[in-house]
Amino acid sequence: MVRTVKTEEITKAVKEMCIQANHFLSEDMAECMKKAAAEEKSELGRKILNQLQENLKIAGEEMIPICQDTGMAVFFIEIGQDVHFEGQLIEDAVNEGVRQGYTEGYLRKSVVGDPLIRENTKDNTPAVIHYSIVKGDKVKITFAPKGFGSENMSRIFMLKPADGIEGVKESILTAVKDAGPNACPPMVVGVGIGGTFEKCAILAKKALTREIGKHSDIPYVAEMEQEMLEKINRLGIGPGGLGGTTTALAVNINTYATHIAGLPVAVNICCHVNRHTVREI
Amino acid sequence: MDKYITAPVTEEITSDLKIGDYVYITGTIYVARDAAHKRMTEALDAGEELPISIKDATIYYMGPSPAREGRPIGSAGPTTATRMDKYAPRLLDLGQKAMIGKGKRSKEVIDAIVRNKAVYFAAVGGAGALLSKCIKKSETVCYEDLGAEALLKLYVENFPVIVVIDREGNNLYETVVK
Repeated sequence: MVRTVKTEEITKAVKEMCIQANHFLSEDMAECMKKAAAEEKSELGRKILNQLQENLKIAGEEMIPICQDTGMAVFFIEIGQDVHFEGQLIEDAVNEGVRQGYTEGYLRKSVVGDPLIRENTKDNTPAVIHYSIVKGDKVKITFAPKGFGSENMSRIFMLKPADGIEGVKESILTAVKDAGPNACPPMVVGVGIGGTFEKCAILAKKALTREIGKHSDIPYVAEMEQEMLEKINRLGIGPGGLGGTTTALAVNINTYATHIAGLPVAVNICCHVNRHTVREI
Repeated sequence: MDKYITAPVTEEITSDLKIGDYVYITGTIYVARDAAHKRMTEALDAGEELPISIKDATIYYMGPSPAREGRPIGSAGPTTATRMDKYAPRLLDLGQKAMIGKGKRSKEVIDAIVRNKAVYFAAVGGAGALLSKCIKKSETVCYEDLGAEALLKLYVENFPVIVVIDREGNNLYETVVK
């Protein structure tokens, strides 16, 4: 049975999600930030993590964005193949929601229309939208605004099959070490392994939206997530890069089939303001 | 060690600042990021005056979110200072004394810090809501067309920062990594 979804519902949901995600961390993120403040060993590190606790409180109570970099608007939209859209082009409906959310929500407009001419579009559009067609008659929207302090420190490594799992681990550590204080640690590390050049980057981005504390279903990948988190937290970078035992909050790894000749690895780094929110229409 | 200083930041003030010091700044500071730095540099190249009084100035690398009614500013945390490395030495040589940002600095910037007895502070990245509470006044100096990248003048009270590179060239980021 085909179900009709009005695109104005998409616009309304997107607008609300833009405002919500930039003022309130999702429960999983809020919980692990609290835990980090309690467990950090460095005194300065604890002081910074406590400041970040205070920051989250002020953001929610006074409706001041958690971070001034309210990001480029990134969406993963899963469209059930029994859905029929009525109204605008879906892309226009999403961008209209971003325009309304960023304008009415007092969020920063951080997008330039052309990467080299660099004129601000003044409404934070266009968004980056990844669509996928799935089973069913629902539309699932995941919104993950992405700040560029950490985005700039993200990397893609086109490894050789012979580099194997050790090569992958080394790539993750290299990206995190190079990112250091620039990426606003404690960070969340999203990793994509396999696919093609662009596929591994999308896998890594998607990995950042996974609930913190939830591991991969593949046993060896789940093990690697835990091992890498421990290794990263032994680097000493710490909160704000000023030293400590909390450099990363989670390492989330997604994998995909790849070519006999390749082993692509993407490391997408996110700061502690790892915003993600989901709605189903 | 906790320290309280006033801006403008003089040589006398920087002589007492060491890496790891937790410093609260009160006074007037300026805000500029990539595009405003580019314009200031272009002004200098054209032989024009800078739009700000650069001697002993503090520049905060930041681009705020819009202010709600009745508030001086929106969320206001630091941006990555590394992107300003290309421009910073020239401004330091002209008398700028302090930079507030987050992230690594180039050797050229560190050399300019030492040469000019300046200081690089980090504010906590991602604490924009908290830091906005220390900003009591904000006015646009110029480059309003740049939106979030306009050049601003702020009055701050007890604005919390950490000394990351002191005037001896010591670098806190380097000392913590294992």
